[in-house]
Amino acid sequence: MSLYAPVIGLIIIAALFAVGSVVVSTVVGPKRYNRARLDSYECGVEPTPQPVGGGRFPIKYYLTAMTFIIFDIEIIFLYPWAVRFDQLGVFGFLAMVTFIVLISVPFVYEWRRGGLDWD
Amino acid sequence: MIAAQSYDEIAGFGNDPWWIIAIKCVAIFVLLVVLTLFNIVFERKVVAKMQHRVGPNRNGPGGWLQSLADGVKLMLKEDIIPKAADKPVYLVAPVIAAIPAFLIFAVIPLGPEVSIFGHETRLQLTDMPVAVLFTLAIASMGVYGLLLAGWSSGSPYPLLGGLRASAQVISYELVMALSFVGVFLFAGTMSTSGIVAEQERLWFGIILLPSFVVYLISMVGETNRAPFDLPEAEGELVAGWGTEYSSIKYAMFFLAEYINMVNVSAIATTLFLGGWRAPWPLSAINDGMFNTGWWPLLWFLAKVMLLIFVYIWLRGTLPRMRYDQFMHLGWKVLLPISLVWIVAVAGMRLAFNEGIERSQILTYGGIAVAVILVASLLIPEKRDDQEAAEQAEREDEPFDAFAGGHPVPPLPGQLPQGSGPVRSEGATVPAGVGTPGTGTHGTPSATSDDSPEENGHA
Repeated sequence: MSLYAPVIGLIIIAALFAVGSVVVSTVVGPKRYNRARLDSYECGVEPTPQPVGGGRFPIKYYLTAMTFIIFDIEIIFLYPWAVRFDQLGVFGFLAMVTFIVLISVPFVYEWRRGGLDWD
Repeated sequence: MIAAQSYDEIAGFGNDPWWIIAIKCVAIFVLLVVLTLFNIVFERKVVAKMQHRVGPNRNGPGGWLQSLADGVKLMLKEDIIPKAADKPVYLVAPVIAAIPAFLIFAVIPLGPEVSIFGHETRLQLTDMPVAVLFTLAIASMGVYGLLLAGWSSGSPYPLLGGLRASAQVISYELVMALSFVGVFLFAGTMSTSGIVAEQERLWFGIILLPSFVVYLISMVGETNRAPFDLPEAEGELVAGWGTEYSSIKYAMFFLAEYINMVNVSAIATTLFLGGWRAPWPLSAINDGMFNTGWWPLLWFLAKVMLLIFVYIWLRGTLPRMRYDQFMHLGWKVLLPISLVWIVAVAGMRLAFNEGIERSQILTYGGIAVAVILVASLLIPEKRDDQEAAEQAEREDEPFDAFAGGHPVPPLPGQLPQGSGPVRSEGATVPAGVGTPGTGTHGTPSATSDDSPEENGHA
């Protein structure tokens, strides 16, 4: 734990700075009420009413996030393998090549089905 | 290769007294804030020089206090919370963006052992067996700030900007993480001080040049900087996730962005450019005098500033990419290249470890490259065919600008009416034998039979 404890010191300093600046600026800044200024910015026209919770957005973002998770997990397996590569030898190499090929099959499928195309 | 260590100890770390840790924490904080203030003016001055302008030159000597003046001004500005905003999230988002930015430097080695008030310690706050993984984890924490800022503003532009920012950061983080694998293969450790120690003879940026290039591209994407600054593309999204932010809350995002630039540059320096080690000719002087004491801090900062300059250079040179091109580059170019490169570099290292002859390596490598090339030829380019078919379709039918009820410009391949038929009337020019000058209009001969009568009905 002694290796991780110093990070907490840095978190405290950064948090004090960030929260402190926001609080100080609300105290020292002027406050002049203006109804138009509190509207959402939409290039000067009347703002469109927004649904609560941000509304709907393109499914592509979900697809990207899901593909990201698959590859992120692959990377988590790659890291320890890479660190101990010299000890694992030929078996470790072949196992990881098999693993990468297996991950690549759905990746190629998604690619060919247009899952990675943005329009 | 390192000897097996227990999981919670790394030589030379974890036994500093509390006051040394406090000094290091404050020093890192001050270093990052000062670097940010410096980099903003530095960027503006360099971009100004590239565009033959003067740049900021009023506040302080040579204009170098400009960003400090801007910071004070932002602090004194009115704090606007839009009516439609989700107030708690809106207030917390800048803090969430700013805090992780400061944490990456906790594991960056700034130098070897030095003496602070008579106490021997490393010029690095701490190190962990998974230090590089820690940097990746912290780097992706920052995107929560952008996403929440976009979501909580209650306005369409910030929402789209926040979504773009998160999609972009996670896409390029994959590529970034894959580019580290080669480094771990050669270093045999994930601790940053260990990786710097392994680069004593040769920098990993030279051995693993493809990894380094991929990392350089992905670090620009990861920090939302030009030419990949799509989440804040003014032409489409006003200011992206920052549209509704003002005063010091906006400055917090700005600060986080600039610190993140320094962070990824510092990671690049540590993993690929030899960390705090002096560059080659200097490192040989006087038995490595420049690699001891406080000197390495200078080399480290010089390497980081060089990478920051590359950032600014890119911004001054390249136009912004389109979003689909950008995602295409990340998912379809950089990601496959990284995967193939990992297999290739692991294969080479294995062959080297097993003592296989060089001619054999070249033979098998050649066969592998040939197989990949043949395979890439067999995959048809479906999309291009589709586009060509669509374009051919468009060329066949006459273009009517008012077909949809309001005027629209022609698509590629379509001709606005009145541009073609004028020449075809000229009886002296035989059909198909275009004069050299006609090429400038780009008129295909197929459309030259548009008669003037046909134009009349529009």
